[in-house]
Amino acid sequence: MIPANAAANALRWPSAVDCGVRKLLVSFCGLLLAVNAVAAEPPRPQPKSGLSYAGADVRALQADDFGNPGMLWVARGEKLWNIPTGRSGKSCASCHREAPASMKGVAARYPRIDAGDKTLLNIEGRINQCRERHQEAGALAYESEELLALTAYAAHQSRHLPVQAEINEANRAHFERGRETYYRRQGQMNLACTHCHERNAGRKLLADTISEGHGNAYPVYRLEWQSAGSLHRRLRACYFGVRAEQPAAGSAELVDLELYLASRARGLPVETPGVRR
Amino acid sequence: MSMLARIQVPAQARRGDIIPIRIAIQHPMETGYRPDNFGRRITKNVINTLTCRYNGVEVFRAEMGSGVSANPQLQFYVRADSSGEFVFDWVDDSGERGSERAALAVSG
Repeated sequence: MIPANAAANALRWPSAVDCGVRKLLVSFCGLLLAVNAVAAEPPRPQPKSGLSYAGADVRALQADDFGNPGMLWVARGEKLWNIPTGRSGKSCASCHREAPASMKGVAARYPRIDAGDKTLLNIEGRINQCRERHQEAGALAYESEELLALTAYAAHQSRHLPVQAEINEANRAHFERGRETYYRRQGQMNLACTHCHERNAGRKLLADTISEGHGNAYPVYRLEWQSAGSLHRRLRACYFGVRAEQPAAGSAELVDLELYLASRARGLPVETPGVRR
Repeated sequence: MSMLARIQVPAQARRGDIIPIRIAIQHPMETGYRPDNFGRRITKNVINTLTCRYNGVEVFRAEMGSGVSANPQLQFYVRADSSGEFVFDWVDDSGERGSERAALAVSG
């Protein structure tokens, strides 16, 4: 869905725009309405976190800040935050200081367009970009313990804050591609994300209850994995489940999808580190 | 980075109190039964022994095997009788050791 504030943003332009720009704006608004009409989805009630589909034992484990095994990754991330890395000799803390202050609310706004090279970055992508540009340390492998820990630590600082992914002119193309992926049938099962996570959320798939598929708790500790894991690992598991070709973790397709998922999850609290079956 | 653990010991207690002590260790607890992607068995590697000493006296010992989950978390109770230190030591099958400590102040 396209937020109403996109059109409002367009109208807030300076009034001294010349006629040509005005026409362009008007036709652009028309285009927006058209897109809105094509994309008309059935109105969704308030999004429900995957936590509400979990059993009492899993909910209790997540709520217990000592018992939650995901907190081990958060603790490791806190250590890594302060260790100088790379040729620059800088740690994360050298620039970002205390994460509880500087990272508060950041994960709730991701994925974001990078102001420099205009690519869409999730938290993992941003950490790796920081490592390459500022620490001169080289990117960490996706799903490596270090990247998971740093991601969990950064995202943990936004816990309890609502997801507020903003869709604007800069990231709209990514958003559209993400939505296209979400509604595209694929794999030998010929299923799209929507078939399980929208049309059948709350119903059973074998012994499991299908959730709405929100990413607000990631990285999560998944009992099946016996480990923490990223959203992209989970998404790849879904691709595997419908027997489709899996995009690489961190690939553009998955980051675009992550943006679309974040827009669906708007308003849900960040839970990092969540616990899931 | 060495094995990471979190421990939870109350900072203070009254003499005679029964206090809960918790420890969680990040460890894969590889069972030895799983094959890797090439069908080769992954070597068993679990934290086989964990001890906790309270002012030098062993108050808790766990001997673990393949049945314990990854990232194990243990909890036990101790009677607080004097101020001092809890020292945890553990070792896994690969010989890697870990240690962690926490202080307790006892009043009364």
